[in-house]
Amino acid sequence: MSQVQASSEIKERGYKNAEILVSTDWVAEHRNDPGLRLVESNEDMLLYPSGHIPGAVQVDWTGDLNDQLCRDYIDGERFAALMKRIGVTPDTTVVFYGDKSNWWAAYALWVFRLFGHEKVKLMDGGRLKWEMEGREMTREVPAYQPTEYPVRQRDDQKIRAFRDEVHQHVKAGKKLVDVRSTPEFTGERLHMEDYPNEGALRGGHIPGARSVPWARAINPDNGTFKTAEELKAIYEQEQGLSSSDEVVVYCRIGERSSHTWFVLTELLGYPNVRNYDGSWTEWGNSVGLPIEKP
Amino acid sequence: MGQFGRAPDRKTLTPKLEEMLEIFSGISDRGERAEMLIELADQFKEVPEHIARRPFPEAHRVQRCESEAYVWAELLADGTLKYHFAVENPQGISARAMAVILDEALSGTLPEAAEAVPADICFTFFGKELSMGKGQGLMGMVTLLKGLARQLQLARERSGQ
Repeated sequence: MSQVQASSEIKERGYKNAEILVSTDWVAEHRNDPGLRLVESNEDMLLYPSGHIPGAVQVDWTGDLNDQLCRDYIDGERFAALMKRIGVTPDTTVVFYGDKSNWWAAYALWVFRLFGHEKVKLMDGGRLKWEMEGREMTREVPAYQPTEYPVRQRDDQKIRAFRDEVHQHVKAGKKLVDVRSTPEFTGERLHMEDYPNEGALRGGHIPGARSVPWARAINPDNGTFKTAEELKAIYEQEQGLSSSDEVVVYCRIGERSSHTWFVLTELLGYPNVRNYDGSWTEWGNSVGLPIEKP
Repeated sequence: MGQFGRAPDRKTLTPKLEEMLEIFSGISDRGERAEMLIELADQFKEVPEHIARRPFPEAHRVQRCESEAYVWAELLADGTLKYHFAVENPQGISARAMAVILDEALSGTLPEAAEAVPADICFTFFGKELSMGKGQGLMGMVTLLKGLARQLQLARERSGQ
């Protein structure tokens, strides 16, 4: 498939911002373009060092994006240092991809957006699709000339939600989407087996939340996103969301909900979607906050 | 505190497992840890056809494992066990590494040896950065292996061997 065909195939899916999604063909053709940086973000720490798209750097969600002492993201200084290390300038187009149908890639993209890095794209289908197509992989870790990147403070207002804000959101009867699995939403599953201290004290969901497991947005055979029409059938016809809604999405720690944030914001064009990264590990354990069970 | 930092009781572990734990306990560098685990994963050998063929039975499928891992225990003539594994997800590299660890540490031992292995041993090998989902799957591999070994141990006891 040519570049034009690949691009048009994504455009034909009817997304609001089709430009943010690129195909594996597009990446194969453009991965060496100046001004473009491929970033792999995974859950499994072994995947990148075991083989990645040539030229791709790794951004690790725990080591690179999260503060190690405070439950929060890195600050502007450390983000600038990260950009310098991976050779990114404010003009660099960063193309994310990763495992788990781009869970962590979408999460990294969302964090980059917190710092105002707008030139971002996601490779449709993620790492799995690239591998399934038998495309080139390498274990060679590239080194790029360190860049200069201005220190920008995070903007936590527009696309991120905090606990108290979510509480007000609930009280106002605004829309929430819980993207966890059904057993997590119903409260049947509180935590991972044998690890009662690592989950939440209570099972259930934030009052008023609609249950739309994140994976419903993708085609399970290759991890690509469903068409806009299929997505609207899920989020709008079935769940009653509308692009005029203020929506908060959440999961357990904010990674799966980044994926749904991407779907609603970029693919369906909802202007007011915030990701509650405190998610159930915060809400389910918080004193004084209400929960709901089916 | 959760159980992630708990050190396994090494007194009851096989010497090979004890040795492997000793090595991995001393690794503080994430890159070095990843490299060693990848080397192990590269040694993965899938379950031979005389033990199982696709479609693999659900009874041997690891619960809560997104890498679609399967485990078998083969009783050998000397009463020891040989463990076999399959990992259907091509991205299941951590599951393949865990399979090699368990095979190296426990194959050739009596069923009782598996009993002493704590499920959360994966955190010693993979480090505290192991995500909850990944840890769940890897612990599931250990749990299933222990269950299969226990079944064979009970069968042996019932037959009076």
